[in-house]
Amino acid sequence: MSGALGEARSAATAPLDVKRLREDFPILHRTVRGHPLVYLDNAATTQKPRPVIDAVSRYYAEENANIHRGVHLLSELATAAYEGAREKVRAFLNAAETREIVFVRGTTEAINLVASSYGRGHLGAGDEVLVTVMEHHSNIVPWQMLCEEKGARLRVAPIDDRGVLDLDAFEKLLGPRTRLVAVCHVSNALGTLNPVLEITALAHARGIPVLLDGAQAVAHQSVDVRALGCDFYAFSGHKLFGPTGIGVLYGRAELLEAMPPWQGGGDMIASVSFEKTTFNVLPYKFEAGTPHIAGVIGLGAALDYVQTVGLGPIAAWEQALLAHGTALLESVPGIRQIGTAPQKASVLSFVLEGVHAHDVGTILDQEGIAIRTGHHCAQPVMDRFGVPATARASLAFYNTFEELDALASGLRRVIEVFA
Amino acid sequence: MSDLRELYQTTILDHYKKPRNFGPLEAATAHAEGYNPLCGDRVTIHVLLDGEIVRDVRFEGSGCAISTASASMMTEAVKGKSRADAERLFQSFHQLIAGPPGALPGPEEVGKLAVFSGVRDYPTRIKCATLVWHALHSALGEAKSVSTE
Repeated sequence: MSGALGEARSAATAPLDVKRLREDFPILHRTVRGHPLVYLDNAATTQKPRPVIDAVSRYYAEENANIHRGVHLLSELATAAYEGAREKVRAFLNAAETREIVFVRGTTEAINLVASSYGRGHLGAGDEVLVTVMEHHSNIVPWQMLCEEKGARLRVAPIDDRGVLDLDAFEKLLGPRTRLVAVCHVSNALGTLNPVLEITALAHARGIPVLLDGAQAVAHQSVDVRALGCDFYAFSGHKLFGPTGIGVLYGRAELLEAMPPWQGGGDMIASVSFEKTTFNVLPYKFEAGTPHIAGVIGLGAALDYVQTVGLGPIAAWEQALLAHGTALLESVPGIRQIGTAPQKASVLSFVLEGVHAHDVGTILDQEGIAIRTGHHCAQPVMDRFGVPATARASLAFYNTFEELDALASGLRRVIEVFA
Repeated sequence: MSDLRELYQTTILDHYKKPRNFGPLEAATAHAEGYNPLCGDRVTIHVLLDGEIVRDVRFEGSGCAISTASASMMTEAVKGKSRADAERLFQSFHQLIAGPPGALPGPEEVGKLAVFSGVRDYPTRIKCATLVWHALHSALGEAKSVSTE
């Protein structure tokens, strides 16, 4: 497709002024190996807009202090910014209360917190945790470790050849010993959007709580934890245009209240003596030690930014990109797409006949095109599809039709090199 | 394209498409597996040692062009060599793709393996080239499994 035609098409389909929005992301204007950067690795991490970079920088330059304990002005400012961001997260997820929002390092830590605190208290020998084949390792390994410790069993719901969860099989796996369901909202390796409303309904009908791994969902669609009915929801700031090292665990207050702290230290206590320590109230009970204050403030700025752009228009644009990218890949000879669920986020995972994904990645990198190659920390998914690795282009709202065209011509270059 | 041809040399692509000494080795006296957790690539090495001499060596597994070609060319390079010479070649090969620029081994040291010199410009791919050599080292030392991580 020619550039001019591409622009015309973009303008016709775009509910977003993508060209203007790209101006907000400084890194999108750099070159890589002499080519303009084509960043298609957004499922690994997203780029950061100027307001996020500025918020972090402004905190360090103008308001840096520890929170929750200083009587001085800077501490008051930092505390207000930190707790203000918690309220932004609450509103973003439509949680009932700010005390249901716990700041953690990322999705992985959020899941580990639940496995460690909730899991240890609720699982015994012979009990079960139910996940799906399409989970990221971070939603497998914490449960494996817990099951190992407790003599419990990890059960795995299967998927079909498109990467769609087999809901009937899932339901059959919900048994009298199932103590928790932990599934991804969106699959990182396949893009599959899971039927999370049905999943929570099926589990709750049996009194089983549900954790949703939202790492790959939050940048692509709005999330309402009360509408979803989930008990826990985890996500990472850096996949939502915010800083690395900061993430969120949402938990229903009733469950969080009953859970023991999982790390001890400052901020998580009400009083300490050598005889007895009284733990702090929610959410501080789960936030031991000085937190990543700048990260929280940056995350707050990212939420403001993404909501100004609008998750509705973002979803519409990304679906248009996904349709274009899917069709383009179909036109490249030897491509097999992995993950073809009808309900998908903007993830294009594929293998190219006769060429290993790493070689695809290296050759595309020469053209300034950044994709992810490998098993995407989802080895069971790779095994399910009988491939050692895939190449994955994952899109954000700032990507364009022209960038997908560059990907397609890059893939033709790969074929040329290996011809 | 010229940069890419430095990495994907014709010889490398040829060995990738038609790997030599590929498959099981019934008479093998030692085996070892190499695993690269970064990409999930696995390679298994079978070695037939006759005293100190590597009488035969074959490999199995699937990987990228660099790792497959490296395995294929390694088998050709070490067959008939003494264990010590094979280990020395591994050291030279490692120098070639990951050593300091001032101390690159000459063609008399690495022979045909010189086609891998382009790999040094791709730090993320160095492990692809060395994986099979680590497995060989392990097989020669009788260890069972190695990892590049």
